[in-house]
Amino acid sequence: MSTQTPETETETETETEQASTTPHQDRRLAEKRARADRGEAERSAAAQEIQGETLKLKVFRFDPEIADKQEPRFDSFVVPFEQGMTVLDALIYARDEYDSSLTFRHSCRQAVCGSDAFFVNGQQRLGCQTQISDLERPVRVEPLPHQDVVKDLVVEMDHFYDQMEAVDPFFDPDSLPEGELKEQRQSRENHEKVKMATRCIWCGACQSSCNIAAGDNKYLGPAAINKAYQFYMDEREGEQKRQERLEIIEQEHGVWRCQTQFSCTEVCPKDIPLTEHIQELKREAVKQNLKFW
Amino acid sequence: MYEHDVIVVGGGGAGLRAAIAADEEGADVAIVTKLHPVRSHTGAAEGGINAALREGDSWQDHAYDTMKGSDYLGDAPAVDSFAQDAPEEVIQLEHWGMPFSREEDGTVSQRPFGGLSFPRTTYAGAETGHHMLHTLYQQVVKRGIEVYDEWYVSQLAVTGEDDPNDRECHGVVAWDVQSGDIAGFRARDGVILATGGPGQAYDHTTNAVANTGDGVAIAYRAGVPMEDMEMVQFHPTTLPSTGVLISEGVRGEGGILYNSEGERFMFEYGYATNDGELASRDVVARAELTEIAEGRGVEDEYVYLDMRHLGEERITDRLENILHLARDFEGVDGLTEPMPVKPGQHYAMGGIEVNEHGETCISDLYAVGECACVSLHGANRLGGNALPELIVFGARAGRHAAGADMPEPKIETGPYDDAEREELGVPVGAPDSGEGAVEPAADGGPSVEGGVASSDPESVVQATRDAEAERIETLLEREDGVNHADVRANLQETMTENVNVFREEEGLEQALRDIQQARERYQDVYVGDKSRTFNTDLQHTIETRNLLDVAEAIAMGALAREEFRGAHWRAEHQERKDDEYLKHTLVSWNDGEPELWYRPVLLEGDEGTYEPKERSY
Repeated sequence: MSTQTPETETETETETEQASTTPHQDRRLAEKRARADRGEAERSAAAQEIQGETLKLKVFRFDPEIADKQEPRFDSFVVPFEQGMTVLDALIYARDEYDSSLTFRHSCRQAVCGSDAFFVNGQQRLGCQTQISDLERPVRVEPLPHQDVVKDLVVEMDHFYDQMEAVDPFFDPDSLPEGELKEQRQSRENHEKVKMATRCIWCGACQSSCNIAAGDNKYLGPAAINKAYQFYMDEREGEQKRQERLEIIEQEHGVWRCQTQFSCTEVCPKDIPLTEHIQELKREAVKQNLKFW
Repeated sequence: MYEHDVIVVGGGGAGLRAAIAADEEGADVAIVTKLHPVRSHTGAAEGGINAALREGDSWQDHAYDTMKGSDYLGDAPAVDSFAQDAPEEVIQLEHWGMPFSREEDGTVSQRPFGGLSFPRTTYAGAETGHHMLHTLYQQVVKRGIEVYDEWYVSQLAVTGEDDPNDRECHGVVAWDVQSGDIAGFRARDGVILATGGPGQAYDHTTNAVANTGDGVAIAYRAGVPMEDMEMVQFHPTTLPSTGVLISEGVRGEGGILYNSEGERFMFEYGYATNDGELASRDVVARAELTEIAEGRGVEDEYVYLDMRHLGEERITDRLENILHLARDFEGVDGLTEPMPVKPGQHYAMGGIEVNEHGETCISDLYAVGECACVSLHGANRLGGNALPELIVFGARAGRHAAGADMPEPKIETGPYDDAEREELGVPVGAPDSGEGAVEPAADGGPSVEGGVASSDPESVVQATRDAEAERIETLLEREDGVNHADVRANLQETMTENVNVFREEEGLEQALRDIQQARERYQDVYVGDKSRTFNTDLQHTIETRNLLDVAEAIAMGALAREEFRGAHWRAEHQERKDDEYLKHTLVSWNDGEPELWYRPVLLEGDEGTYEPKERSY
């Protein structure tokens, strides 16, 4: 039912932009802040520049079942631009006004359901969170790379979910406080320590951006390792479970595969320091091993 | 045909909690959901979870606040069991590792919320729903509960006795979104609907695109009444351009509402002199729209919500997510600018009529969460009461469906003979198909709505599955017609225009006529996408049908309820009429002709009777 995105089609079209739009996370955060800081005047000038304009959207199309869509291609849609419009808004417009068969996942429109991660102008982004005004035009939208395409922008997520579930993604303390209505105590420091890791919305952007994951299907990948980090670093987890977790993340296709390229951290829509979390777990693994020797 | 003891439809907070509870009772449980569970709309909840956890607070106070907040349209047995179970359920979440915000001593934090007499809202930053959803899903994974994700449930398999009270539910029919395969799911012990709200009936809503009232509509067409549908909550603080929610937590932490004159209007204009910004949501939503209508709004559209004075540290600690939302979706920096906000559709207080165990009038059919109406929130839901509802009633329904021994319910369900019935003078229900014949299915193909005439469970599921396959076939075969997106847009426009915060008789009648017209257009609906693979066009077409039924019940209930209670404001009726309207509105499917009737509110609780008092702020 699914097929790999043909490499020629995507690669040739994305090469140039990929090189120009891969800022490090810090730079990306700085850009975000700069955007918020930009003066009112400057913002309305920018708005005026594209007011009344239309927007050209190039969207990847593929359907294994329909004869004239079995050969992957790009369709162009011309969408009226409005200030504040997101990539998702533009896709919805194209679907509702021009072609009801245009297919993509989306739901909450507020960057928490994690279902609309796409490859926009050569970078993994959430459609709902990405302002058209921040993008070079024409805007090109493709399915997440390195994942099988089900149809149009919809990719197969099962492998991603399997990897997430491979790290035992659940809290597992040794004991609970006596008395049914007593909570476990957790220090504020420890809560802070794991907070960023708990923000993951399972969108799969990081996995899709990772060269290692692309080449090694068994690599747990940044999202799953981050999930393991959340529980491993939680001071309330049981010692036995911590040991088991270490074994999971330290396995052949675990943390040691990470080559610290930061691509996952760059694309994370929730600003989770994924690479840092992976490095910390590497250090934990070393520490534990030294102890045993 | 798939077979399980308990089938939970929907993978949000209520569905996951129900599945865990049924699993703990030893049942073989499956979750069937049109999204993947972590994509559910529970994840978008921000503010918190109310529960009486601390000394100085009590379940009785929580129950009283809830009943008063409901404007006395809550049923006491639901309100009492809710407030009693909430603390244990919240601590259960904590034991499952939910990352709650913490106090210095390591205990979970609580904060004030609108309409509460005690700061009893536990929270995890301003992303409580996200953490709750993921914590529950983790437990589902841990237990190995089977999940059919991206399977769309489009019909219930119900027997066809004349009286809905005699019918039985034996399962559901669903299709695999990815492949298009249609399958029957037999439930040996029960089906639990946990499909969420119908916010997409409106065009400015905090709700996800997936919130199309599917469970409400399929239960309704199987014979279960919809209850108190006119009670729609409009959240006072949503971002104007998208409807993205700005949590009540902002006001709970001390955020202030200003009009365009820079006046703190909640106090200055006396909307809620005692509670100010922390009055109930209905009160604040009306205040904002009054400011805007009287020319004191910004750009005639919104007002300001300011949290700058709280300071960066406090904002980052407790409301960080709000900074991200304001920046990403409105281009505003909440640390240096006030945020623009206006009311938006947020929550359905009404839904599938159930008792305090989640049971509907059809045997073995349950409903929990926003799609259900156990009559907890009445005419107005308090902020922070939605998330505990999911876990309290999710757990109860899961246990009951799996066969746990539970007390006799105090809340009655289902139509009865001497109920008070009302006719409306505007057209509602199934449109004429030309020759005067009524065609309830409206979108072609045979229909098994109202049930199958068989008592053998497997044949009921099989017959429903076959009829559903044929209905879908018919829809896909049509070569030309109306695009569902046009029908949906018309529906959303008239609901926002006429059945919003402020309601007038003429507008409500107009909405009903518009809905009727939308129904007629829907007769000619066709699906442009002919593929079986991931056919969202087909799915949205069927969802739009569901929205039509739900929207009609909202407008009908609103027109019939000639009083002002909670979220339901009527221009012509500016008072609460306890002598006439201490009763629930119910709408029953009657072969496609909606029938409206009433059932009295239950005010007798565990510790005496709740006496309706005036809601003054």
